[in-house]
This record gives sequence, structure tokens and C-alpha cells, in this order.
Amino acid sequence: MTTNLIDIQNADVVMATSNMAENHPVGFQFVMKAKERGAKLIHVDPRFTRTSAAADMHVPLRSGTNIAFFGGLITYAIDNNLYFKDYVVHYTNASFLIDPEFKTATDRGGLFTGFDPEKRAYDQKSWKYQLDAEGNPKRDLTLRDPNSVFQLLRRQYSRYTVEMVERVCGIPKEKFVAAAKLYCENSGREKTGTITYALNLTQHTNGVENIRALCMLQLLLGNIGRPGGGVVALRGHANVQGATDLAVLYQDLPGYNPVPLRDAHPDLKTYLEKTTPKTGFPVNRPKWVISMLKAWYGDRATKENDYGFDWIAKRASADAYSHQHIFVDMYNGKLKGFFAIGQNPAVGGPNAKLAREAMQRLDWLVVQDIFLTETAEVWKAPASSSRPAVSPKAVKTEVFFLPAAPAAEKDGTLTNTMRLIQWHEKAADSPGDVRSDAEHIYQLGKRLRTLYAGSKAKRDQGILALTWDYGDTHPDILKVLIEMNGVALEELKDKDGKVLYKKGEPLKSFADLRDDGTTASGIWIYTGATVADAEGKIVNRTAGRKKADDKDYLAHGWGWAWPANRRIIYTRAAAAPAGKPWSEKKKLLWWDPEAPSNVPDKKGKWVGLDVPDFNAFLAPDAKGGDNPYIMRADGKGAFFGPLLDGPFPEHYEPIESPVKNLLSKQQNNPVAKIWKVGDKRNELAGVGSAEYPYVITTYRLTEHHLSGVMSRYLPMLAELFESHFAEISHELAGELEIRNGDKVTIMTPRGKIHVRAMVTNRFKPFTIDGKKVHQIGVPWHWGYNGIDALPGSRGDITNDLSATVGDPNVFIQETKAFLCNVKKGVV
Amino acid sequence: MSLSRRDFLKFGGATAAGVAVGSPGIDLGPVEAAATSLKIKEAKVFHGVCPYCAVGCAQLIYTKNNKIIDIEGDPDTPHTLGRLCPKGAATIQLSNNPLRPTKALYRAPGSDKWEEKPLEWMWDEIAKRVKATRDATFVEVEKSKAGADVVVNRTEGIANLGSACIDNEECYLLTKLMRTLGVVYLEHQARV
Repeated sequence: MTTNLIDIQNADVVMATSNMAENHPVGFQFVMKAKERGAKLIHVDPRFTRTSAAADMHVPLRSGTNIAFFGGLITYAIDNNLYFKDYVVHYTNASFLIDPEFKTATDRGGLFTGFDPEKRAYDQKSWKYQLDAEGNPKRDLTLRDPNSVFQLLRRQYSRYTVEMVERVCGIPKEKFVAAAKLYCENSGREKTGTITYALNLTQHTNGVENIRALCMLQLLLGNIGRPGGGVVALRGHANVQGATDLAVLYQDLPGYNPVPLRDAHPDLKTYLEKTTPKTGFPVNRPKWVISMLKAWYGDRATKENDYGFDWIAKRASADAYSHQHIFVDMYNGKLKGFFAIGQNPAVGGPNAKLAREAMQRLDWLVVQDIFLTETAEVWKAPASSSRPAVSPKAVKTEVFFLPAAPAAEKDGTLTNTMRLIQWHEKAADSPGDVRSDAEHIYQLGKRLRTLYAGSKAKRDQGILALTWDYGDTHPDILKVLIEMNGVALEELKDKDGKVLYKKGEPLKSFADLRDDGTTASGIWIYTGATVADAEGKIVNRTAGRKKADDKDYLAHGWGWAWPANRRIIYTRAAAAPAGKPWSEKKKLLWWDPEAPSNVPDKKGKWVGLDVPDFNAFLAPDAKGGDNPYIMRADGKGAFFGPLLDGPFPEHYEPIESPVKNLLSKQQNNPVAKIWKVGDKRNELAGVGSAEYPYVITTYRLTEHHLSGVMSRYLPMLAELFESHFAEISHELAGELEIRNGDKVTIMTPRGKIHVRAMVTNRFKPFTIDGKKVHQIGVPWHWGYNGIDALPGSRGDITNDLSATVGDPNVFIQETKAFLCNVKKGVV
Repeated sequence: MSLSRRDFLKFGGATAAGVAVGSPGIDLGPVEAAATSLKIKEAKVFHGVCPYCAVGCAQLIYTKNNKIIDIEGDPDTPHTLGRLCPKGAATIQLSNNPLRPTKALYRAPGSDKWEEKPLEWMWDEIAKRVKATRDATFVEVEKSKAGADVVVNRTEGIANLGSACIDNEECYLLTKLMRTLGVVYLEHQARV
């Protein structure tokens, strides 16, 4: 999230695209506070929810048409001159000129220049800036050049008219115009708007482009880096942000450094050359990566051995190893052993039936969790009305279940959705042999180091070099956090010989990291979380509990936010190019020409209500002084931003759709990942399928949590729903003669489930290009384990319905929009 | 303090499931006062963070005799104003729950039951499985597309999922260990 939940109250308009009132109810308070202060709330969602009930306007759109919607808003803002021109000219790449070879999807029938149908991939050679003699991008600050990003943006979305939005999304024209007017007119120099999203936008075969479309609208309206603006990403797990920062992910190393690829990155030198840009803040990547290697491999990491770079596994290809790859490859027998740590893929992932069958083929499975999940008991899944029982005898998998402790029984930090790291304390011991996940992982590592002890094989040296000394039994968590933060490995001095750090002292800032092996830091973005005071005592800033007050509404003393305790990022954009706030009402960061600089005889500093997300002493008129987007090589927000599926988001229908794409002849994302799985384990419904005529979306409930591990076993929560259910409109229920509470069968080419019908006004049929299209919704919290005394805690697995298809950039699944049939009764 | 539904049932005497807190006709004042004085009197208090969604609601965890007796929102929290949702208010049942397995469990190939095992045995056996699979599936050097030998130090025989439900320090130890073992199938709930 670019902003902070607290700051939402400063918005003049909020566009909620997820069901924030039900899924992030405590955060939703700040939307309501904004409303109390006069802001308008627009809720864009196929279903009328409690978020809609609190909104000034509910805009229902057919699932899977978000880019058509955002594209329509972009066109509306440009055509009605409602965009923030000064922001767009100075802080985005709108004025940059693109290679004339490049043509938009408007010009090329839904594809961008460079598509290779055989490879199903783009050649991106024309997707680039025109450069001047010095190698800088050419710009036209009038935005009139036909090859300027702004004119290409216009051209790209010229098809996304109000009429087209109505036909594609099913939003009546008047309603769309009213929403567009409300949002755009409440953004600009004096006003700001914020947009919230969650998995509603990400779980699509164009998930990344959905987010880009949202960000582009925010850039166009000047809503990023400013109070009450920003992009509010609402994450679903307590530490999904932290686990992502720490890179329990196939593509990254901690702190968003890429995992090395075999072909591109054979050694450290090549890796750093190829992943370090010439400009922008990531020019520091060598310091981050080498400091991480020093944290991992200690004294064994030397300049001569590339600091142990080879000990980190290299990926074979960019198209490999994601969640969906795991289960396809496991089903095909490639994977032999599997850890499921605090995750329940038997229920929680796409095409869950495939996932369960895949796990039943493993040699060994380790499950570390609080309760006996469906994953732990995948070898004895009981019969249900829609699937036969699994015979334990037939499952040759060895299963190890390690009981794990919940947060209240251990020390540690969690990073919330706004990058805020908060320390929690161990309040009580765990019962019996329950141990923290840290202890289970630590003990496994210790034993592996013993098993490999004495090995002379090169391939085992990383394990032996690993710094893995955090105590005898339970690892010392503060010691781990300090390693993540980083320390000076020897006395560090500045240019003038002044001592900056004593040997072993925790580092205060990632600016102090070095690429010569004299600093260690497990994750550079967390540097500053733990520091030493004047007496050398450790100050754990993540445990800070200072309340917000009138002087500090962003509460910088409550926990610690990465990076550098900045609560809102891209804040240089809160001031006009010359350094004054765009408006007094919306001030956040500004240039104070009289403030002392870091150089004795100079003056000038960025000051304001937050820690600057910018070089605090870089004057507005200096080179790069007007580049707010510091992580980008050109310093500008990107309308033109190449991804594998294009430099602009383009609407394509979901892989399973009831209708043809009206915006182009290209039906689906041409580079989407569609897995072929044997034994008919991933069959798909065709466009406008008569057998599967209804759109289905999946979602979550306030009283349940994700795959149900932390709710279906808790009486306080499990008793709140009598049964698994599907929400069906009165109109569809009428056609199928289904009454409220009836058992119904929901089926897709992958599987079927039996649930109760909740016949509701919350769904209404859509009119798509003059044709009626029904959509239903099904929550996905249920599985075959739960509480015996509460039969409603158990239910069929919704994810048995979804498919193994993915976005080409990150391979996220498409569980928000696919096709199904609904039959009355148990079929 | 906030009053959880469980406390309401306990102190308010209501029995029907689904009764809304604050139903007309019931005065919660005395109930709340009784709950405050009875429950957390002489209890120790710890700082917690809600383990459900990513709003990160700070909690106050009260214990007596090493047992959690109450968990509520921390009223000082700037980004939550002390509130918890129904899930956050149920956090106590993650700890105090008879369905929690308190022993490590092992299920042999083809078996139809769990067996209790000592932790030390489990950790030893798991480490042996990891080593055996790693050693059998390890690829140390691979040809690149350009035909050069590249050290890749990778096993494609082991995968790890999770977790976005564990702490940062735990994620860090996990990433560090798995990447060094050569595990490349490494994911958490970011995509699901």
C-alpha cells in the first residue's frame, strides 16, 4: 500500500473495489471517518455488500471487466479535462516519447506491437522511449506529440467509451457517468481520492494489469503520494506483506531482489550488472545483495567466492515454481517431498481437487499448523456427496504433523497491510509439544547441518556455511530480527575518518549498507527497525507503542514501517515541482529553503508530516529533484509500463466467459498461462458455454478466515454459519425454481459442490451487450474437517470448482471470474 | 473495554446462538463492569497483534497462571482505535481450544491412523527425508541456453508452501534455509 489506513480519513472520495467493510472491518473505520468529514464513497462490486450499504453509490460490474471499467474512467477524465495536468506533466512519463514503431491495442486488434503467435509472447523491442544524444528520454511537455505516452494512452483507451463500459461491464451508462464524475471531480489540486483493492483485482489472468490500470487512474488524477490519496492494497493474512518482503516466494530474495536465473545470471557479477539499473534508487542493489549474503553465510562469504552467491539455488526459467506450478508438477510426479507450513492448499488454492490428488502422490509431506487441516489429513478425506472417500491404504505418502503455536504464544513481528512492522509478545507457553514455527524450522536446519557435517562436496557447503546459531532450543527472535536489520561487521568510518559504527552495532539506515562485505543485513528494507541507543542498548522500534496525536497523526512511534519509518510513500509528489504543497489543504511534504542542510554552509531540506520518501536534501531544482517515483529508473510514475502482456492494460475476457470480447477480436489475454494437466484435471468451459452459462465469483466472509484453519475449529466463529452456501439472485433462482435454503449443486468442468442456496437481492443479473447474464457468488472457507458438534463447520470445497490458469507475469489464478452451472438439488 | 460475545453469553445469561450484542431491552452496563472486574483483575497483560487479516490490530492479552484468559483490542492503536472484528475477538480460541493437537503426529505410508511421536524423533526423521530427497534430485551444474556450464545448486524434488500466517523472523529463517538447500518451489499465500 502506498499510503496508510489512518490517512484514508483525509480523502475526499473513496472508491472501494473490494468488500472492505466485511473483509477489513477495522480498517474500514477510516473510510467512515472520511465520510463523516464529507467524503463520498463509491463501491464497485458485482455484489451488493455491507460496503455498498455504507456507500453513496453502488456500481455493480460483471466480474472480470475491471480494465474496461478503469479504461472508461481514464477516457472520461481525459475527455472531460478532469485530470491533474501539472502532476501528469511533471511526475509521470506522459510526456515521454515512445518509439514510433510501437502501436497500441486500438491499432492492432487487441494486441500490441511485437506479438509472436507461435511463442505466445511479445517481442518488446519497440516498447521503449526515444532517447536523445545523451541517452535521456525525449519529452514533449505539451503532451501533443502523437508518440508521447499521453497521446498513446488516449489512443489506447479511445475505444473505452461510456457506451462500451455499459456493454462490457453491464454498468448502466447513467450510473457509470455519475460514478466517474463523482470520483474525478473529487480529485485534483485541492482534493484527493483513494482506491482500495484486494484479491478482487488480483485473481484474474490479467491481475497485474488490473492493478496497473488502477494506479494509472490515480496518476492521471494526481492522487498518489498525497494525503487522502494513494493505492490501498488490503491484504488478507496477518503477514502476507512480511512473507512477501522476506520472499517466501519463487521469484524474489528478501527485499525484492530477484532470484537468480540460470541463463541470465551465471555469477554474481553478471547478476548485479543485469539487475542494477543506472539510475533510480535500486542503483544500490549490490549493497543490498552482498549484505544479505554476508548475513546468511557470515565469514564463509568472501569476495573470492562471490560471497556465497552460488549457494543460492538458481531458477531454470522464469516460467516455473509458482503455487500453480507446484501442484501441476507434484501431480506429474516431479516433486517428492513437500512442506505445508501454516497453509492449507487442500482447500485454499485453485483447482483444490488437483492439489489434493497431487499431495496423495508425494513420498513425504510435512504439515506445520495449529490444527489438523485438510492438508494434514489429505490421506483420509471422507466421502461427500460430490466425491468418493480416499482410501488411506492407497496413499503411500508419509505424513509428519508438527503442532505449531499461534501468535499469542510467541515473540515476533508481523508486517501489516500498510508496511507497519509490529512486535508481539509471548503471553503464555504452548501446551504439550506445540512449538513455534521458528523452533520447528530452526531445529530442522540444525539437524540438516549435522547430517551434512564433514561433507566436502561443493554443493553442501552453503548448508555448512549458513549462519545458524540462535540458541540451543528456541531461537532468540530478537537476535534474528537484528540480523535481518543488519549490523556493522567491522568499525565503519565515513570519508573523513569519523567512526559511524562500532563493530557489531546494528545499522540505523540502509543508506549505510556497503558492497564490500563490511556490513550484513538480511533484508535491507527492514534496516532501522532495531537500533542501538547511546549506551549501546538495543532499541526494538517495532515494539514502539506511542499513540498518534495532533502533531503526528501518522503515529511514527507506533511500531516501525518500512522503508525508514515512512508511513506514506512517493511523498515528493505531495509538493509541486518547485517544492511548495500543491494546496495548503493537502500538504504533507514540502521544501524548506531555510532549514539547515546536511552540508554545513548550505540550506534547504524536505520537511513535513512524514519521513520524506525522497533524498531529504535534494533541492527541487537539482537534477532529479522532481522525480518522486524513486524506485523507477526515470523517476516518473508510469502510464507506459511494459509487462509481459503489454505496456498498457487492455481488456480481455476471463479465460472462461459467457460472452465474446467486445473491445477487440482477441478473446483472452494472449499470453495468459493455461496449464494442460493430464487425466482431464483442468478442463475449461468455452466462450458462451451452454453447459456452464453462469459467471461465478468466490469471496470471503467476516466471520471466517481464508481456508478456514483459523475459524472452522473455533466454536465462537464456526457456529456463526449454519452451512456452506451460494448467493443466487432472485431472478436466477426463479428460472431454476430454487427456493431460499434449498440444496443446490454448483458445477464446473473441474468439479462440483453441494451447498445451500441463499436467494438474495445482493446479486442482480447483468445486461451484457443486450443479453442477460447471471452471476453467482460462493465463499470458499469450507472443507471436510471442523467441529463434530457443529455440522455447519464442514462443507464442500469451493476451490474444487476453479481452474489452473494464471496471469503471465506472476501466475496468480483466476478465481474471481469463471463459469459454472447451477442445478436444484443434489445432482 | 469491549465485550466479546462469549462474555456476553457468560455474564448476560443469554443462550440462543446468534443473539446480537446490544439487543434492545438488555442493559449491558453492569455486565461490562462485572466482566472487567472479574476477568482481568490481577492478570498479567502482554502486547499482541491479531493473527487474522493484515490490518494488524494490536491486542492486549491477559494471562493468569500462564493461561490466556482474555484478548481484546489495544485502545491506544492509531490504525485500529482499539477495535477488533469478530475474528479478532475470537483469537483466544486459537490458544484455548480442545481441538488443538498437542503432540507431534506421524502417519506411516498406507496407514489409516496417526501415531504420537516425540518431537526429537520427528525433527530427525524429517531432516533425513529432506537430505535423501535433496541428494537424489540435486542438480549442481546445468547447461545454459548459450551452452555454458552454470552452477545452479537446485533441487526440484522438494517444495515449500507458507506462510503468510507466520512471523517475519520465521519467514526469514525459512527463506534462508530453503534457498540454501536448493529449494526453488517456494511460495506462500500471496497468490491464493
